[in-house]
Amino acid sequence: MFVYFLRRLILVLPVAFGVSVICFMLVQIAPGDPLTAIMPVDATAEQQAEMRAAYGLDKPLPVQYVVWVGNLIQGDMGRSIATGRPVAGEVFGAVQNSLLLAVTAALIAFPIGVLLGFVAGYFRDTILDRIVTAISIAGVSVPNYWLGIVLVIIFSVNLGWLPSMGAGPGGSQDWSWDWVHVRHLILPAVTLAVVPIGIVARTVRALAGDILSMDFVTALYAKGMSRGDVLRHVARNAAATALSVMGLQLGYLLGGSILIETVFNWPGSGYLLSNAIFQRDLPLLQGTILVLALFFVAMNLVVDVAQAAIDPRIQRN
Amino acid sequence: MAVAQTDVAEIPVQKSGGYWSGVARRLSRDPVTLGCAAILVALIGSAAFAPWLGLADPYTGSMVARLNPIGSEGHILGTDEQGRDMLARLIYGGRLTLFIGLVPVILAFFIGSFLGITAGYVGGLLNTIIMRTVDVFFAFPSVLLAIAISGALGAGIVNSLVSLTIVFIPPITRVAEAVTSGVRSLDYIDAARATGASALTVIRVHVIGNVLSPIFVYATSLTSVCMILAAGLSFLGIGVRPPEPEWGLMLNTLRSAIYVDPWLAALPGVMIFVTSLCLNLLSDGVRSAMNVRD
Repeated sequence: MFVYFLRRLILVLPVAFGVSVICFMLVQIAPGDPLTAIMPVDATAEQQAEMRAAYGLDKPLPVQYVVWVGNLIQGDMGRSIATGRPVAGEVFGAVQNSLLLAVTAALIAFPIGVLLGFVAGYFRDTILDRIVTAISIAGVSVPNYWLGIVLVIIFSVNLGWLPSMGAGPGGSQDWSWDWVHVRHLILPAVTLAVVPIGIVARTVRALAGDILSMDFVTALYAKGMSRGDVLRHVARNAAATALSVMGLQLGYLLGGSILIETVFNWPGSGYLLSNAIFQRDLPLLQGTILVLALFFVAMNLVVDVAQAAIDPRIQRN
Repeated sequence: MAVAQTDVAEIPVQKSGGYWSGVARRLSRDPVTLGCAAILVALIGSAAFAPWLGLADPYTGSMVARLNPIGSEGHILGTDEQGRDMLARLIYGGRLTLFIGLVPVILAFFIGSFLGITAGYVGGLLNTIIMRTVDVFFAFPSVLLAIAISGALGAGIVNSLVSLTIVFIPPITRVAEAVTSGVRSLDYIDAARATGASALTVIRVHVIGNVLSPIFVYATSLTSVCMILAAGLSFLGIGVRPPEPEWGLMLNTLRSAIYVDPWLAALPGVMIFVTSLCLNLLSDGVRSAMNVRD
């Protein structure tokens, strides 16, 4: 098991390197100069060159990359061009808020998705199966940023039950575990949960259907095992694949909440990212994407290892 | 033996319809898939022929006729925040949304198939280089990658097309590589190579025909995601620029109206939802008619 973990870890390193190269290149593909946003319009050529040297932009690209990665390893992600504050601090604060949202959405989505998928797989080709299939197709087809707006229209505008903006009263950005704040979490978390409900239900339905039609299930019934015990065997066979899908979905929830965070003004990484984009704050854009992508890579690693721990067949392949 | 031979001769020859007629027969018995196809044809057709449908001008509005509700006289679907006719903008909006939603998948289908088939057929170092590069792109959730590239490049239709194409090349390459290396190890490929056929000839004659259809089927399943992402980029303000009619952008600009006329504000999203739902159902239906298993 430990050897398997080490092997996966070694495979992650080149991917992490690639991710850092892509994030570095993001600033290079951006049109214009990363400094145009802060450079005074009437800056002389001399002042411009001075500024470039101060930000290290006068050196060749590979050198810039090495310097950038060297700083990264020391936890320095540069400074936001718009605010002048260190990027690392801004990103980590925002990622915490995004994690809160993503984990809540996952806690809503996974049990519902598994339950729906299992019911559909168990009662294949019945009306229940059709209903679940329809729900899951609608779930994966819905543009969730629109669903967020519809939920706001129903629950905030028409019914007035839940707030539609921010993470706390008066657009406050500080989170605490009381009802005043939790109310703000409900709509964005539910909105975010819809797509993974569809995907998890779909996966579990296919899995349950496949496993239930396997010979060993018939054999278990034939030897007189009770329905509940057979289902335990089925669940154990399905667990590894189902968990890996859910792990990936959690990663997608964190990286994909940008649109939802924009709809609900949730002070997370997506909100930070869209500010970075509109202020052309490239270091902040770069830092946010890098942290989210590395989190996704780490999530993949955790999923792989967890999958192998649950299902020893995977280690052998 | 002689008896057996006459028996064989007397069996009436049954005309076999072949694979595609079987697919067509199964499709014709699937009302959901046919319905979705009809809706998509209607959407694409009305978008393509929008200038000839006698609609109001989608760009000019009147400040006195702002946010007319659905069902107003002269504006069946009401007017938007600048008094422009919603019906016209929704139909014209389909042009850009469908264009930016479909073209990246088509481009990615060609580029990804090329990369994947090359990697799968040639193997070795080239395979490692291509596939490890693809792995790196898989480290980004697709929404994040699309927003990252579009955000860095800036708003605009071409930039959206570029970023979405980049997003969809890796998954298509991965599928193309997997299918191709499966075909590559079959005996008839070895036989072709043994007769002295060059790599290009083998790929052209024996590989392409066997791998393109599974890759294509996979690519069609990406169109709905691509459309949602395309509209999402515009919704964020890093896709199509105003005043162009585009569903995602309209959804964004109408957000300020949700307290005035909420259902009008939700209309562009309905279009995105219906289109993406139909794309998914159509793709699923064609897939099962073709007996492709996930």
